[in-house]
Amino acid sequence: MTITVENLSRNFRNFKAVDNVSLTAEKGELLALLGPSGSGKTTLLRLIAGLEQPDSGSVIFEGEDVTRLDVRHRQVGFVFQHYGLFRHMTVTENIAFGLRIKNRRERPSKSQISERVQELLHLVQLDRLGQRHPDQLSGGQKQRVALARALAVEPRILLLDEPFGALDAGVRKDLRRWLRRLHDDLQLTTIVVTHDQDEAMELADRVVVMNRAKIIQAATPAKIYDQPNDPFVFRFLGAGSAVPLLFNTLGHWRSPKMALGGEVMAMLDRSERARQAAEAGDQQLDLFVRSHQFEMMADSKGDWRIRFAALTGRSIRFEVQYIGNIGNIGSIASQEPPSLNPGAPTPDALTYEVDLSREEAEENGLSLGTRVTLTVKSGLLFPR
Amino acid sequence: MKIPLPRIKRQHRVIPGFGLAMGITLLWLGLIVIIPLALLVIKPWEIGWQQSFAAIMTPRSLAAFKVSFGLAMLAAVINVFLGLLLAWVLVRIDMPGKKIIDACVDLPFALPTAVAGIALTALLVPQGWVGQFLTPLGIKIAYSQSGILVAMVFIGLPFVVRSLQPVLEELGRMEEEVAASLGATASQTFWRVSLPTIFPAIITGFGLAFARGLSEYGSIIFIAGNIPGRTEIVPLLIAVKLQQFDMAGAAAIGVAMLLLSFVILYAINQLNRNWWRSAARESKSGVSESHDLTSFLLVGSGDGQHSPAESAPQSSDTMATPAYQQRLAERQREMTSDSPTPRKVPRFLRQKEPRP
Repeated sequence: MTITVENLSRNFRNFKAVDNVSLTAEKGELLALLGPSGSGKTTLLRLIAGLEQPDSGSVIFEGEDVTRLDVRHRQVGFVFQHYGLFRHMTVTENIAFGLRIKNRRERPSKSQISERVQELLHLVQLDRLGQRHPDQLSGGQKQRVALARALAVEPRILLLDEPFGALDAGVRKDLRRWLRRLHDDLQLTTIVVTHDQDEAMELADRVVVMNRAKIIQAATPAKIYDQPNDPFVFRFLGAGSAVPLLFNTLGHWRSPKMALGGEVMAMLDRSERARQAAEAGDQQLDLFVRSHQFEMMADSKGDWRIRFAALTGRSIRFEVQYIGNIGNIGSIASQEPPSLNPGAPTPDALTYEVDLSREEAEENGLSLGTRVTLTVKSGLLFPR
Repeated sequence: MKIPLPRIKRQHRVIPGFGLAMGITLLWLGLIVIIPLALLVIKPWEIGWQQSFAAIMTPRSLAAFKVSFGLAMLAAVINVFLGLLLAWVLVRIDMPGKKIIDACVDLPFALPTAVAGIALTALLVPQGWVGQFLTPLGIKIAYSQSGILVAMVFIGLPFVVRSLQPVLEELGRMEEEVAASLGATASQTFWRVSLPTIFPAIITGFGLAFARGLSEYGSIIFIAGNIPGRTEIVPLLIAVKLQQFDMAGAAAIGVAMLLLSFVILYAINQLNRNWWRSAARESKSGVSESHDLTSFLLVGSGDGQHSPAESAPQSSDTMATPAYQQRLAERQREMTSDSPTPRKVPRFLRQKEPRP
């Protein structure tokens, strides 16, 4: 079923939780709402479910306006991060709950209910655990019960609020893939809220990035990673940083601190955005570069030095610090876009994160303290 | 000469010295609880079994028992409703001055009960602030059984509120929201989800409020009027007997009260325990309580059709059967893996029309 949200807003006192948001989830689509905490993604999900009332705007299910419809009648399956299982009921009773409370006319017979519960237990692969109580289950099992319980009432849509947020990394990954396959089988329109970009990328047909109560971008995982439309999206979806460019006397945007690869230079010379910035007389232009889009060579006269290196599996993450002409560091550092986590300590000098494969790092003889030169292989410009 | 003592393997415990801790516990229990109570039981022996029984069976003391137990029970019931409401408001509703109300709940704990009794009496006598409005309506509270009830409700309320508050806080809104999303009405949610979850706490609060009401003396003697046979409570009757130097009679009534209270409180505790056990019992038929994988495997299949003895592998032969191996593997996967693979989608969940 298609879910459409039009100009939806919700304020809590003076805090805008959801600000004029419009969004459509196509029939059978799996949508991920991705954003940092406080970005309004959970509130948006709750508004769609009917657990929260909007101040303005409307929620439409398949052409039917359900904005004023109570959550009881919306026929949504809602799964919470912390499961919300009824502790005094067994797994079976939990799953059957939604069916047992139906009024007599709609309620299936006892045997039908138990048959359906069995089918659902089978679906979530907990066939033998029906008689257990929630406190006798692992986190992953609990979440599967919660999902089965939501599915029991044949919901029109499925809404999951950080469904794997309380689980271990390993379980999370397994369950995420399982959910994706389950979704492919069920083809139920599904919206998942998550703050984990890997989860969103792996799970969803389309990722909706939210920040500060607004939708920043909604696109397929590939598009959102390769063509983010905003520095926020760029930074949220992977390691990367802004390289400030200055307009030089030859009429090109160049970095005073590192070399630009041919591809990047060609891109800058073609770019409409770069031309506009030059015409507007801008002092600086930010080139957004992913940490794997740098090239790093050992060079005893290099302007950069490796001050930190950590193995992250197949690749090594380096932190390189500018040690060249100190003169204008201050001005550039202060113009760096604000950090994603305001609480995180800010580096005291101009530093970049660079990811290299282990082979590459070894070939180039890179290690802690090595002086290097940096070259940007590719990058992105964002409209103002 | 050294005596070889058997070495006891000591486990690390949070409280040091099991012997010391146990010793203090028993000493405490003995000095404070058992010895005085034993004395209470021994005392009636002075007048003999039959005399004691006669002292209890007088119409006056029987009436006092009826008043004490009946009203304490009724007060506890009232307190459960009042306390649930109050605790609900304190946990769920944001309002100015909530912290002050919260603090006021405990006042009956701190207030000398005589003060409470005098204050309630002053309010409720026919000329009192509240009493003057009730008298024209024909309602008499002070110097009647209703007065005793009011005093018992007053002192018992904090017990219910304080037992329920933490449980209500833990209950949270999530379960209620889940219920609503599954189509439950507010009353279905309350009766089927919220109430069963907090039921044990309600019972505990009930038990405490009941015990407190039963033992209350100070405030009740001011408001009750103490008419023998009508508004005389057991604790007062005991005091009266003591004043008449009828030690043995007083003790006999005391023992009777003690036994009766014990039976009732024990029953309440059992009810509470059974509440959880009945929950656990259903699961036991399927699965042992243990979360330990190996022990679970030994208990056999989870559907409860095999007793442990039947399915426990007695010999290596049993373990080698393909069926057992298969079950073992299946169980292991189910127990350890959180990566299930989707199976056949139930018919009722299949989409009616294919995705475009």
